[in-house]
Amino acid sequence: MATVPKVEVGTDYKEKYGFFVPEEYVFKAKRGLNPEIVKEISWMKQEPEWMLNMRLRSLEIFRKKPMPTWGADLSVIDFENIFYYLKASDKQSKSWEELPPDIKATYDRLGVPEAERKFLAGVSAQYESEVVYHSLQEKLTQQGVIFTDTDSALRDHPELFKQYFGTVIPPADNKFSALNTAVWSGGSFIYVPKGVKVEIPLQAYFRINAENMGQFERTLIICDEGSFVHYIEGCTAPIYTTDSLHSAVVEIIVKKNARCRYTTIQNWSTNVFNLVTKRAMAYADATMEWVDGNLGSQITMKYPSVYLMEPGAKGDVLSVAFAGKGQHQDAGGKMIHVAPNTTSTITSKSISKGGGRTSYRGHIKIYPGANNCKSFVKCDALLLDDESRSDTYPYNDVDAENVTLGHEATVSKVSDEQLFYLMSRGIPRAEAETMIVNGFIEPFTKELPLEYAVELNRLIQLEMEGSVG
Amino acid sequence: MADFEIKDLRASVEGREILKGVSLAISRGEVHAVMGPNGSGKSTLSHTLMGHPGYTVDGGSVIFKGQNVLELEPDERARLGMFLAFQYPVVVPGISMANFLRTAMNSKRGYDGKDKSKQVTPKEFRGLLKGELEVLHMDDSFLPRYINDGFSGGEKKRAEILQMAMLKPEIAILDETDSGLDIDSIKFVAEAVNRMRGPELGILIITHYTRILEFIKPDFVHVLVDGKFVLSGGPEVAERLEKTGYAEWGKEETAQPEEVA
Repeated sequence: MATVPKVEVGTDYKEKYGFFVPEEYVFKAKRGLNPEIVKEISWMKQEPEWMLNMRLRSLEIFRKKPMPTWGADLSVIDFENIFYYLKASDKQSKSWEELPPDIKATYDRLGVPEAERKFLAGVSAQYESEVVYHSLQEKLTQQGVIFTDTDSALRDHPELFKQYFGTVIPPADNKFSALNTAVWSGGSFIYVPKGVKVEIPLQAYFRINAENMGQFERTLIICDEGSFVHYIEGCTAPIYTTDSLHSAVVEIIVKKNARCRYTTIQNWSTNVFNLVTKRAMAYADATMEWVDGNLGSQITMKYPSVYLMEPGAKGDVLSVAFAGKGQHQDAGGKMIHVAPNTTSTITSKSISKGGGRTSYRGHIKIYPGANNCKSFVKCDALLLDDESRSDTYPYNDVDAENVTLGHEATVSKVSDEQLFYLMSRGIPRAEAETMIVNGFIEPFTKELPLEYAVELNRLIQLEMEGSVG
Repeated sequence: MADFEIKDLRASVEGREILKGVSLAISRGEVHAVMGPNGSGKSTLSHTLMGHPGYTVDGGSVIFKGQNVLELEPDERARLGMFLAFQYPVVVPGISMANFLRTAMNSKRGYDGKDKSKQVTPKEFRGLLKGELEVLHMDDSFLPRYINDGFSGGEKKRAEILQMAMLKPEIAILDETDSGLDIDSIKFVAEAVNRMRGPELGILIITHYTRILEFIKPDFVHVLVDGKFVLSGGPEVAERLEKTGYAEWGKEETAQPEEVA
């Protein structure tokens, strides 16, 4: 059973928060969504009032906004049957034995270390590779870089936080960004000062704990002028959770001449609805790159976007989606050209297997006056069998002059000729198919740090084997 | 009994009968050439022997090491010791030639990711590769390139022979290896094949033209017309074809490529 923590309660909670909490208050997680839950979350975190008000306002917006009627089928989500906030210790209640065997088997095959797999499976609430993380933190601090979880950032860097939070993705942006703003918890906060280039990729992995890999993470990255950072979120091992809704928000500001790369590899267990809003603002001559890999989950809806705000800004999305049996990956990208002389590319690769479904959904918007823009979209779908499905939904709005807009889409199957060729060299069919699939996503894999690339290839291999059993 | 025995092989493509009873016995140490005009069934023969799914076997057998290989998957045939040098090598994007060669060698040795002793070591791999690359006048810049992607005609064919050299088959089928090659490339390819000749390797060269046979001397030559062998003999058969082409079987085709200006 979970050990239920005692909570220190301040003396002025009634005046401050407007609700009554007994002195010997014990926080008990409750299902459902209402202003009391939101107040409790904010109170537990001892947040400033502006954040509480923002949460409550966002809850109102969430209530009013209709469910999206496009994309994947979300009608089965029961918002009243979800825990919106759990203390890390409450999440620890599962035991290793209770895990589904396929998840355990995958950890074995991937060779995930014991401590780490317990964390990923939700059995343990903390996993920190401390040595790496602490020496890294020291170096970052010297450079003036802030890399922390979002809750701590609100507490420790209140002004910086307030200046940017919710400015890229306001609560009213969409139903799920409103939900996230109402109940967010955890996520990463990064600030890179002017001219600072962070040499090694910052990985949430270094300091993952249940707090920042929750269902409603909120990530905020600010790259000041001329800076560079590469942030890596997630890992290839499947993340097991009994919570069925993951709805994160990621906001990024890339100032003049700065560059930010955001790499995600997510592999949720297949009961999860993964509904994520990711957006960056790129200013003069800045570059924003989304590298986004989606495996696992039951349904993913995710369209990383870049608002190209000033001339010379550049946006890239490179994404891979893998949909197996019973999965629907609805992913793509959005490029909003607000300023002239801005460029963007979206490259989307999808693989469907065993009746899985992938959709590319993209939007290129070029505002009036944003002349001389270039945008290129390429989406390639690979179908591994006849029951699987892939669709493409590109939307283009061009209201400017002298614009170059390219769109290329291919749907292919693993070709008999390629299979025969590899097999004629002695390579067994299953391995040959895996090679072809890994070859197909190679433009994505080669952008990953080596250890992630290797793991991803191995994971694809496991997914491919799944078709046999 | 020969090492590799094709008996009364009949095969069709999309319901069209192409091979109408082909028999041929190849022993290791021998080089056989099958010559024939367009549409005679040459590529059906090579594809059927290797097990391409688009070709249907209607009858006959191919016995190799006591097994009817027609019942095996292409990869099983390869692991048994067969090799096909493709007329049109296939492009596979995203996989480097180095990775492909290493994976193929590991498969051939029966390495399935578990028994590390079967795995080709990096040192062994580089050593083997270096020698073969020199013979084929290739450099290692092609190793990181994707399989046959953007290769010139000559590079593709040389890469085929390189794979053959690395995989060390016992029965190798060279399908129109000379087509699309300039004379220098033919020489390099022939030199590499001749180096592999020996008591352990049986070779079946499938060709329209006699030219490659000037560089790789066959022990036996068979003429395939309309899905059947119409003539078999020694190297003199090739000489005869060089003079008269396929005219005596009613085909107005020469057995010499047009001179390249």
